[in-house]
Parts: sequence; structure tokens; C-alpha cells
Amino acid sequence: MKKKQEFKGKKALVVDDDQDFLEQTSMIMQSLGFETISADSQKKAEELIQSTSFDIAVLDLMLENHDSGFILSYKLKKKNPETPVIMVTAVTAETGLVFDSNSADTRSWIKADTLLNKGIRPEQLEKEIRRLMK
Amino acid sequence: MNEKLRLLVVDDEPGMRRGSVRALRSFSFPVKEIGLDVSFDLSEAGSGSEFRSRMEKGPFDIVLLDYKLPDCNGLELLDFLQKSRYDLLTIMMTAYASIEVAISATKNGAFDFLAKPFSPEELKLVVRKAGECLVLQRQAKKLAEEKKQIRFQFLSVLSHELKAPLNAIEGYLRLMETKSGGDSISNYEKMISRSLARIDGMQKLIYDLLDLTRIESGQMKRHLSDFNFAESVKKAIETFSPDAAKRNVKITFEGAGDIPFKGDPGEMDIVLNNLVSNAVKYNRPDGKITIRAALSGEFLDISVSDTGIGMAQDELERLFSEFVRFKKDANKGVEGSGLGLSILKRIAELYNGSVSVQSKENEGTTFTVKLKKQEQK
Repeated sequence: MKKKQEFKGKKALVVDDDQDFLEQTSMIMQSLGFETISADSQKKAEELIQSTSFDIAVLDLMLENHDSGFILSYKLKKKNPETPVIMVTAVTAETGLVFDSNSADTRSWIKADTLLNKGIRPEQLEKEIRRLMK
Repeated sequence: MNEKLRLLVVDDEPGMRRGSVRALRSFSFPVKEIGLDVSFDLSEAGSGSEFRSRMEKGPFDIVLLDYKLPDCNGLELLDFLQKSRYDLLTIMMTAYASIEVAISATKNGAFDFLAKPFSPEELKLVVRKAGECLVLQRQAKKLAEEKKQIRFQFLSVLSHELKAPLNAIEGYLRLMETKSGGDSISNYEKMISRSLARIDGMQKLIYDLLDLTRIESGQMKRHLSDFNFAESVKKAIETFSPDAAKRNVKITFEGAGDIPFKGDPGEMDIVLNNLVSNAVKYNRPDGKITIRAALSGEFLDISVSDTGIGMAQDELERLFSEFVRFKKDANKGVEGSGLGLSILKRIAELYNGSVSVQSKENEGTTFTVKLKKQEQK
């Protein structure tokens, strides 16, 4: 708990329909100092995006729709183009599709700054957040 | 359905080629086993070299091959076909019919042998045999592929289903490891109870999986006996009463008196537990569950109706596949392995019976299971 609250005063959106993942990601974000607002559906997240401005977002790809995360990312970027978006997904396991977020080609259509696989360690997520928040 | 097999006639005598083509041009036959009508697309080659260049251009299914060609002999070409691993059958034709030639041709991979001169009828008979063999072989191969594919899909979904709870538990443990919630143990109560709930779910999945594989492999030892099915229902109601009470769901059994049945009581418990647990899980608070069971001749009819969230038509269509769980607001937070109904269906099949379902979204679902009384072996 002795972590620096390095992102104090910043607001984070966390969206996931898996309550465990939502809980865990929110805790990690809070421990970094973020004020964290969470949603467990695309619908709730869309309302939040309309009403609030965020400094960063961590989005699950598959919610009510297979591409919920992409839609949310698109809407969020339309409103605040500078807000970094981290997409977290188990999509490889669920569909067999393989994304490589590091290829420019994939990034051009994914509309997210980073794509991470579910089951990442807190320190990996923290590293990504620090990189994107620079 | 129609299948056109490509057949290549290789002979240096133009008359032979023409005669064969004429005989086979309008020849077709049915393969009843797989509901297929087979006919032929015919090509000709007059020498070994022409044959090789034809083979390079297009795949053929059957080759009628003359044993003696001007530029090489048929056995060499057979050898070439073997080595190139073409998916085709070869029929050797020769005027120098001898047992030795027939044996060495068959040894070298020829499917059959035609002795010149042969009648159009003889030709058709041999070609038909080859054609049938080929399409049946290919069908069998395709089925094996599909089976492999389904198995692969099953395993990849399964590994995902097993990984998800592990990820969740690992996540909580890592947060505890770094004391992300502070120093007081009470801050971690929720994480601990969530971890235990995920372990529970995982255990249930593993038990269901074991049931399913045992039933599928036929290795589940069955203990057939005469028993009173009404007692099984009462036991199932008892098992699920605590869960039902939590949501104020009322379970009633509409069955009068004893229901004598012969089967495996353990299997009956699996059937009832699946049906009743679904009816509780997918019910609404203050809902109702009605269980009916009655004998009709050799069959036992069981139905379990709930007043729950129900299913839409497209959901009903996918319902009995493995690991199908619908993501929607109405069932958020409901845990399940996604294997229960697959198990139910397999057991009903063991009893020469069936499972059917009627459902209306937001109104409720009725599962009906029909099981035939088992004979003692």
C-alpha cells in the first residue's frame, strides 16, 4: 500500500462484465491514485462517456456485443482524442483470433492504444499506464 | 447430390481411348450410403509423357492406365503416382494379362485390373467399384476431420473456461501479495469470498466434465435397479430448497403417489439436479417451479417449469451445445459450467429418450425429459 499515488486527481474508466476483473482492475487503478469509475456493460459505459471526461480507460472487448470495446473506444476518442485506451481481452481464447497490438496495421483499425490479454499481472498493467500517461 | 469424378484414360491406341470414353460418357451410378450420384468428367492421354503433363495440370480421381505405352511401361507410371501421393485410384488395363502383371500392379498400388479386350459393361463395373470406394473413403476422411475439429474446439473452449477462474483467483492473490487493499485483513474479505466462489465454479465444471466424458466413453458403470422416482424428485427438491428459499422461489411437485421406474438412480439424480438447479438459477425472485412426473407405458415423462427469464428463439437453437452460456443482463452473476444440458441430453439418449424445451422470453421455460424404462441385462 506504500505505492505512490502518482496519478492523484486523474480519472479512470474501467469497463468489464466480469465482476472479478472489474474489481481487480479498479483496485490497481486506485492504488495508483486514480479516481476510478466502473461499468459492467457497454450501455452503462456509454452513458458515463457522455457525462464524464476521463484521463484513461481500460476496456474489455467483449461485453453485450463482440465488439463492444471497439465501439466504446471509438466514442471515447471522438469526445477526447487524447485519452489513452487500453483494451483488455480474452478474445484469443474465445475466438481463436490473434491480434498483435504492436503492428501498425492492427493499431490503425483497433482504435485503442494498447491491447492486452486477460490474465496480465498488475505490474504489466501499471507499466502500460505509465507509458501511455506520459 | 451430384459428384463428378475426373477420370483420365491413358492408352496409346486411339480406338481404346475413344471406346472407353464412349462407354463412360453418360455413365452414372448412385452411392446410396451417402446419397450421392456419381458421374464422370473424362480426359485422354496417348503416352506416358502426355500423362505426366496432364497430371501436372489438374488433379484426377481415377486413372485408367494401359500397361504398355510406347515411351514407358505402366508399372513405372504407377510408381510415379505412388511417390507423388496423388489422391486417386488407378485401374491397370493390359492385353498381356497374366497373373504376374496383375500381382505386381496391385503391389504397386493399382486399385484394380482390367484384361483387354473388355466389354463396356466390364469397364463400367470396375470403374463403378473404384468410384464408390473413392467417394466413401473421402467421406470417411471428411467425417474424421470434422470430428477432430469439434474435439479441438471443445478443448480450446474448455481450456478457456478453466483459465478464466484461475486468472481471477491469481489476480486477487497478487493484489493481496502487494497488500493493495491496505494492512487490515478485513479489507480482503470480498476478494477471499470471490476467490472461493470461483474455485467452487471450477470444481463444478470439473465434476460435470468427468460426468460427461464418462457417459460419452460408455465407461460409466450403470447400476440399474427398481426404485421410486417420486423419492428422487423429493430428494432433488430438498437439495435445492436452500437456494430457492434465498430468492423466495417456491418448488412444487405435482405427482401422485409412487412412480416405480427401472434405471440408474444416480443418473436420475444428475437429470433432476440439472433441471431443478437451472429452474432455480434462471428464475426471478418470488418465482415458482413446478415439477411433474408420470409414467406412460414404458416411458417416464418428467417436466420442470419455471417462471424465469426464459429464452429467445435464437438462444433456444444454440441451447444444447457445450459451454453455451448466454451473456445478458437478466442472467448476470448466474454461475454455471455450460455443460449441464449436454450431460442431460447424453443421459436421455442412454434411456432411448429425449429432452425438449419450450420457452418464452421473460415468462419462463419448461424442460420435458422422456426416459424409457431400462431392462436388466
